[in-house]
Parts: sequence; C-alpha cells; structure tokens
Amino acid sequence: MKHTISVLLQNKPGVLSRVTGLFSGRGFNIESLCVAQTLDPEVSCLTLVTDGEDKIIEQITKQLHKLIDVIKVTDMGELDYVEREMVIIRVKAEAETRAEILRVVDIFRGKVVDVSPKSYAVELTGSSTKLQAVIDILRPIGIQEIVRTGKIAMARAKKV
Amino acid sequence: MKITGAQALMQCIEEQNVKVIFGFPGGAVIDIYEALMKNDKLTHVLVRHEQAAIHAADAYARVIGDVGVALVTSGPGATNTVTGIASAYADSIPIVVFTGNVPTALIGNDAFQEVDIVGITRPCTKHNYLVKNPDELVATIREAFHIARSGRPGPVLVDLPKDVVNAMVTFPEFKPVRMRTYRPTYEPHPGQIDKACRAMLKAKKPVLYVGGGVIAAKAHEELTALARKLHIPVTMTLMGLGGFPGTDPLSMGMLGMHGTYFANMAVAKSDLLIAVGARFDDRVTGRVDAFAPNAKIIHVDIDPTSIGKNVAVDIPIVADCQHALTAMNAWFDRHEEFSEQAAAEQHEAWLDEIRAWKNKHPLGYIEETDIIKPQFVVQKLHELTGGDAIISTEVGQNQMWAAQFYHFNKPRHFLTSGGLGVMGYGFPAAIGAQMAAPGHTVIDIAGDGSLQMNIQELATARQYKLPVKIALLNNSFLGMVRQWQELFYDKHYSHTDIHVAPDFVLLAQAYGAVGLRATKPSEVEPVIREALATDNTVLMDFVISREEGVYPMVPAGKATTEMLLV
Repeated sequence: MKHTISVLLQNKPGVLSRVTGLFSGRGFNIESLCVAQTLDPEVSCLTLVTDGEDKIIEQITKQLHKLIDVIKVTDMGELDYVEREMVIIRVKAEAETRAEILRVVDIFRGKVVDVSPKSYAVELTGSSTKLQAVIDILRPIGIQEIVRTGKIAMARAKKV
Repeated sequence: MKITGAQALMQCIEEQNVKVIFGFPGGAVIDIYEALMKNDKLTHVLVRHEQAAIHAADAYARVIGDVGVALVTSGPGATNTVTGIASAYADSIPIVVFTGNVPTALIGNDAFQEVDIVGITRPCTKHNYLVKNPDELVATIREAFHIARSGRPGPVLVDLPKDVVNAMVTFPEFKPVRMRTYRPTYEPHPGQIDKACRAMLKAKKPVLYVGGGVIAAKAHEELTALARKLHIPVTMTLMGLGGFPGTDPLSMGMLGMHGTYFANMAVAKSDLLIAVGARFDDRVTGRVDAFAPNAKIIHVDIDPTSIGKNVAVDIPIVADCQHALTAMNAWFDRHEEFSEQAAAEQHEAWLDEIRAWKNKHPLGYIEETDIIKPQFVVQKLHELTGGDAIISTEVGQNQMWAAQFYHFNKPRHFLTSGGLGVMGYGFPAAIGAQMAAPGHTVIDIAGDGSLQMNIQELATARQYKLPVKIALLNNSFLGMVRQWQELFYDKHYSHTDIHVAPDFVLLAQAYGAVGLRATKPSEVEPVIREALATDNTVLMDFVISREEGVYPMVPAGKATTEMLLV
C-alpha cells in the first residue's frame, strides 16, 4: 500500500543522501521525493511516497527516525492531510486541437505557461489522481513531455 | 587563548578519558601527529595496517567499556578503515575514527590521496562528519563521542581537512552534549514492564535469550539476578557470551546455527522467550517461521528498529537493557504474588526437560589420541587460564570452537567480529585488548586463513612488548567454507585448501616473537604452559585434525531444531 511520509530534517549537507542511501541500502522503494527548506532555515521538510506492507512501512519510519539528523517522521496515512503535486505537460497543439486543450486545462483549473507554434506547455496542481486524469485526457491529443514534482503533504489543522 | 585544530583534537580526546589511540600516519595527518608527539597524556599505538587500528580500537572499547579511538590519514588510510568500521557498526561498538583529508579548497578536486570517506562510510557508521569550519571542530568532536557511546553504541567518523587541523581555534569549556534530534530512550515504559513481568510470572517454559546489548549496557549483574531469581534458563548469542556466567547451571550456552542442542530445543519448545539486547539475527533464528513457534515474545532493545524487524514481538520494550532489567527485578521484589520458591517449583519440570536434552546431546567432539582436536585445545586453554583470559577470535571454525568450548563467565572477555564476520579481526583485537588490560592474559584463538589477513601486526605487538598469545588452530584449510563444501557441495573443495603457508613458528621468530608448535595431543598442554609463562608475543601453532567440523550445525535456511550433530 502507498504511504506518504513527511520527514523534518536538519538542513545540512549530505542529509538527503543519508535518507536516499537508507532506502537503497535496505531495499525500500521511493516513488517520489520532494524536499525544501521550512520556515526555520535550519530545518528541511522532505515528503516521500513509498510502497510496502505495514511491516515495511514500520521499518521505514523507525529507520528514518534513527538517522541522527532526522527531527520528526510522520506517516501521513495516520492523519487527515492535504496533498498536492504539480505537473507541467507539453502537449501537441495544432489548429484543430488548441481549443480542446484550453477547455481541458480550464476544467482542471490549470494554465498555459508556454506557447509555441506547435505546442502548449500547461501547468496543473492537485492530487495525484487529478493529475493522472488530466494526463489520460490529453494523451490522445499528443503529449510530448511531462515533468512532475512529486507529492507534498501537510496535516490538516485541528478543527476546534 | 587560541590553539591549533590539532591541539584541540588532542584535548578533546583527553577530556573523554581516552588514554590510548591506535593509528597510522600519512600526509594529511602529519600536523596531528606533530601535536601527538608533544602530548604526554595520550599513548599512540602504531599499527602496520589501518584496518588493524580500527579492530584494535574496537577491542579496546569492548574491554574498557567505553569509546575506542583511531587516527588515520586520508585516501587509502581512510578506505582501509572501512572493514573495521563496518564490523564495529554491526556489533554496536563505540569507536571514534579520525581521518585526515586534503585541505577544504581541494575537496572534490580528485586531489592526491583524496576520497569521499564520509560518503563511503555513511551506511556503516552510526553518524559521520566532515568538519569544514574550524569553529565547529571542538563541538563536532564532542558530539561524535556522545553519539558513539550513547543509545545503541556505534562507530562515528570525523573527517578532518588539513587546513582545519592547522587553523587556530578556541577551546570552550566542556559541557554535556545535548542534541535536538538525537535522544535515545533509556527508561522502559512501566506499563510494558508490568505486562512483561506478568507474562514471566505465568510462563511454564520461559527462556532468556541474551545478546550483546546486555554487555553494552553493563547489565550482566541485573540479568544474572533476574535469571536466578526466577529460575529461567539462559541462552546467549555470540555477542552475548559472558553476559551470563557460562558455567552457571542455568546457562545453556550459545543458540543458533552452531548453538547447543539443548539451547535450540529449549527455544523451540519455550512458551515465553525473553529477548534482551539481541536482534533475532538469521544465524540465531534459522528459518524464521519455525523459531520459537509456541512462544510469546518479550523484546527489550534500545534500538526501536531492532524490534519487530525479523520476528513479530508480543511485548516490545524500548529501553536500555540495564534500566529494563532493573525495573523487572524491582517489579518482582515488589509484588507479593511472586515468590522465588514458587518460581523454582513452577520451572522444575522445564529445567528437567532441558537437562534431559543436554544429557542426550551434550556439547562434545570425538576425542583422538594421535591427532589434535581443536576443541581440545580450547578446553585446555580454558583450563590453564582458569577461564579468566580475554579471548579474541578470528572468523570461521576457530570462532565457533572458541564460543562453544571456552565457557565465558564474565562480560568483556570475549572479543569477536560477530555481525560482519571479519577474518583478520582477532589478532589486532588482541593487541587492543592487551593495551586496555596490560596485566591480563589475552589470547587470540585463530585460524590459519584469518590470521594471515593481519599477520603483519606481529610487528606492532613486538614494538609495544605486548605478551599477546596466538593459539593458531592450523588445519591448512579455510575451514568453515570447507565444512559447507563438505556438507552441501559434495566435497567440492573449491579454493579452500591453503596448505601453501609460511612456517608459522619461523614466522613468529622472524618478527622477534616466540613460535611454538604442537602436533600431538600430548604436546598441547606443555605448549600452552610455556606460552603463558613467556613474557613475549607467542604464536602457538597447533596442527589440528584437518577436516574437523563445527557441530551442532543448523544448515542455512532450516529450522533450528534440524541440527546436524557430532
């Protein structure tokens, strides 16, 4: 089962390679990984998506926590959370498909970020399922290139 | 007042109560060696290969029960330490390794003798550092020692570029290290202790399964008290030997692949397995689904990743073994439903059952009169040293025979590369142990394959006049691999015959050490007596039965009850 894991780490050189080295060394899977500074410049937040049975996920969180530079590990699956991913898709745009592409992008609340005589580059954000839906719809029109960021996630604030 | 980075390094090592460091100089650490020469508090042991420096520091750490230190140069000096570091990591031994490096301006330039040792050792250290800013040097070294010795101990590497070592730095007063991201759990959860103790109270067939964590936590007394109070039989892993007295009637010796018949049977039939500071290694469990199939499992470990990794656990307790065992002992002292008398009666039938297994298949070997059996040598060593020697081993058959037949009564007397299984560990380890315990008898129980992997350290032993003894169990084979080839590969002895070897007696003499040889059983005792009476490094070459095997043996991947016996 897929899990989104959020890791707060010390913003120091080599920390990312400790995390990725742990995954490769122990044969764990990384499907996507996103990392950037937090509000505190000494701390980075890393969001990764991994796949495995509960026992594996338990080992992953424990092993991550064991790294000296790791501050906090949260398996987002245990919480209510929001997740977003961003994609830029370059799609073939010819006279007869331009309007259709714009309609699709509009429906999914995306926008065109680059235009050339034969293509559009469109930007979309959302959950992974939403992005997959856009990709599936644009594919028959002719996708030339895709770049995805990987998922980021944040736990929802308590309602009371 | 400002001092050089090298001087600060010396002071940092001193303030950690380290007396001895093991090392080998080179271009990138000349400045450190300059400071070392002017330091009169630290003793430096010059090894002949950097790997030996790490094994020696590892053994030194084990014997004194604190951190060992090694110092090597950049590039090849640093890469030569990797095996030793990986071994210390697998065995959770606290060492701090200082490596020199090229000046910071040259890092990443493929400079002469430059390697990314921090990158190379990342997966085999508990933590490591490259110090780029001289102002962070002292704090980093203090953190390195703190990490090495606290929690689940382990090796920490600190990489020191030449310009950092030469920079002028301040030396702030020592304060205990506090880290935001690293706070090991020492105290057990009282609720878990309660659950565990209630399970122990009910158990009819309990077994204590003890690992190196008990020795690391200095918890052998608490463990011994618990076992005796509750009349629970004890089995130890290779790393746990000495954690409970090996000659105690409750001791079942080692378990696992070359464990005793009765220890493996007891675990298999137990209804409660109390794992303390052990990690359910594959050499212990054999086929996992057949390991202690009827037992409820309590697992005490300071490292949460060890719990539930290989075997599902019913009562996990994340804690330091000493704290957890103290809490358990206190629980039984406090609760009136427990009485020692009742525990003795409750476990009488179980202990009888174990005695019956022991009588059926005791640990033994077939004695012969004309050829030396390796087990006989180990028994004689035990007898003639009163069981009190510090024993190091190489890896393979020699290691298993030492583990089986030298019944360790005290912790920190058995030094072996348990997790990584490094051939060549034993002799440098003996050197480290002798530096830690100068008056003590230290013996490396060696095989001829392993010994030759670090034989150059004879020069180190001689230079520091260390009366280390090597008991070489010489079968002219890479014996353990040969044994597997015999049993599982139709006796295809592919590249395990190493009869082309030096004359070990002459070799010892060439280094200025003493060489002795025994080829008949009757010569074993006189040779050992002579060696023990000699105030010099002695190599005892015991020419043993060539195709002797280590038994019992659980074939890899089998259940631990499926043992091949003598």
